[in-house]
Formats: sequence, structure tokens, C-alpha cells
Amino acid sequence: MRIVVNGVPREVADGATVAEVLAALGLPSAGIAVAVDGAVVPRASHAVTVVAPEASLEVLTAVQGG
Amino acid sequence: MDDPLVIADREYSSRLITGTGGAANLAVLERALVASGTELTTVSLRRVDAGGGTGVLDLLTRLGIDPLPNTAGCRTAAEAVLTAQLAREALGTNWVKLEVVADDRTLLPDPVELLDAATTLVDDGFVVLPYTNDDPVLALRLEEAGCAAVMPLGSPIGTGLGIRNPHNIELIVARASVPVILDAGIGTASDAALAMELGCSAVLLATAVTRAEDPERMAAAMRHAVTAGRLARAAGRIPQRFWAQASSPPR
Repeated sequence: MRIVVNGVPREVADGATVAEVLAALGLPSAGIAVAVDGAVVPRASHAVTVVAPEASLEVLTAVQGG
Repeated sequence: MDDPLVIADREYSSRLITGTGGAANLAVLERALVASGTELTTVSLRRVDAGGGTGVLDLLTRLGIDPLPNTAGCRTAAEAVLTAQLAREALGTNWVKLEVVADDRTLLPDPVELLDAATTLVDDGFVVLPYTNDDPVLALRLEEAGCAAVMPLGSPIGTGLGIRNPHNIELIVARASVPVILDAGIGTASDAALAMELGCSAVLLATAVTRAEDPERMAAAMRHAVTAGRLARAAGRIPQRFWAQASSPPR
């Protein structure tokens, strides 16, 4: 299925969870936060939250700033 | 701990809060952070790249410095609330430096969106440290909303113009019952000392150190300036006079 991760279209397995999407795209699982369609997905739910086709994911981490 | 800075449930011995933005690289940043003596430092939240690490977080962890995520770049309360919630997930802290700016040229806080976001985040269990205008009325409103501190600007972010309205800062200090942290506009050590002399509880700065010619040395200067200003405030300065008053005996 097609989803959008950090603004970039991606192809991932149908029915993938948030944790599976992170792993498939080589993204870190610690020190990050994920929002799906504008709503935060708590870390404890990454492994059980299924991503819907066409969903938009934001995967953020801390950088220098402020 | 002698004369600690108390914010919410935490105590800090340093009254200098730093930012991590603008440093040329992590090695320069590390030397500056160590020289500053800071115990609380801001970080931003941005999209992660594949294979990208969290270098700045690892650095703060190693130095024993608490991260203070900010909501830099947010223009609306909704954006700021979501960013704060993501920061809580990513960093495991419910503290947030709340920034909601109105436009890119001034980076001045949008007071309406700021108060709205602060109210929502306090209700959601956050320890909210809002970056605010030097407006004594807004500072009170933010405190009433439950903010753990108020952080008025001295002048716009990154300008180094110092404290443009010292009287407003004094007014904010005079009525606040939460810590007042001078945030933004500090250019050099005397600005930081002035903030403390005006009664601020702490100073938050980034650019003045990270973009100085010698960040490590400027960080040390800021540490001493904050300490000096705090001492001077407690010592009680002499009144200013128009005419001279001899300090030696007349004969």
C-alpha cells in the first residue's frame, strides 16, 4: 500500500503497523515520536497500531535548536 | 544547594538555560555547554532522516543536562500542542518551552495563540514554559493559565539587541509568583547581568553563545554574568544620583 512518511510517498506492506513501517524504512525506534494523520501514536502502541492506506506519518526526533 | 532555581518540581543550581541551535557542530556545542554550567537546554523537534541519529540528545544525556524541547516554528496553538505532545513521546519529558510565533521576520510571539496553547498543554499535564512578549498583562494571564514560569523576550530572537524595555521586565518580575526567565535578545554578558539585576530568576540564551566568535569563552562569560547579576540584585544597589557624592572624607 502507499503511504506518506515525512512528506515522501512510500510503498509498504498492506496492514503494516507503525513499528513495522519504521523498521522497513530504516528509521530508529528510540528517541523518536510518530504522528499518524495529525494524531500522536504513543510508543506503547507502535506495535499494534495498523497504518491505513494513504495515511500520512510524521516521524520526528530532537535536533539542535532554540 | 545554595539559592537554587526552582521550576515546578525541579531544582537547578545554574540559573543559565541555554539553547543548542546555531552551534557549528556538536564538539563546539559540547565545549560551550560545559563552560556555561547549564543544567537545562533546549532542543527542537524535526523530521528524522533514515539512518539519522539523535546526536544532540546523546550529548545532553552524557553531560547530565536536562533537555527542554521547544515548539519552534509553530504558528498556531494546534501546531504547538501537537509538537509538544510529540516531544513528550520522543524525549520522555512533559516539560516544554512553548513558542508560537506570529511571523518569520520578527519571530515575535502571537499572544492569542500562545495563551490558547498554554491553557491546553497545562490541562494535558505539561510543565509549560512560555516564550512571551515583554507584556506584563500577558505574563499574568499565562501564570493564571498554570504556566510553571514566564519567559519574556528582551528583544527579538537572534537580534542580540539586549533588553529593550527593562521597565516592563521589572513590572513582570514585580507581580509574578512563578520564575521569570529572560528569553531571547541577549547579545553579550552585560545583557545577561542586567536581566538578573532586574530580578529575573534565570536567563535563557542560545545565539549569543553559539554564534559568538569563541562560543566556549562566551559561555563562560554568560555563566559569570548571571551569577554576578544575581548577587547584585540580592545585594541591593545604591540609588542613582544626579550630582556627585564624594566617597573619600572631606578633609
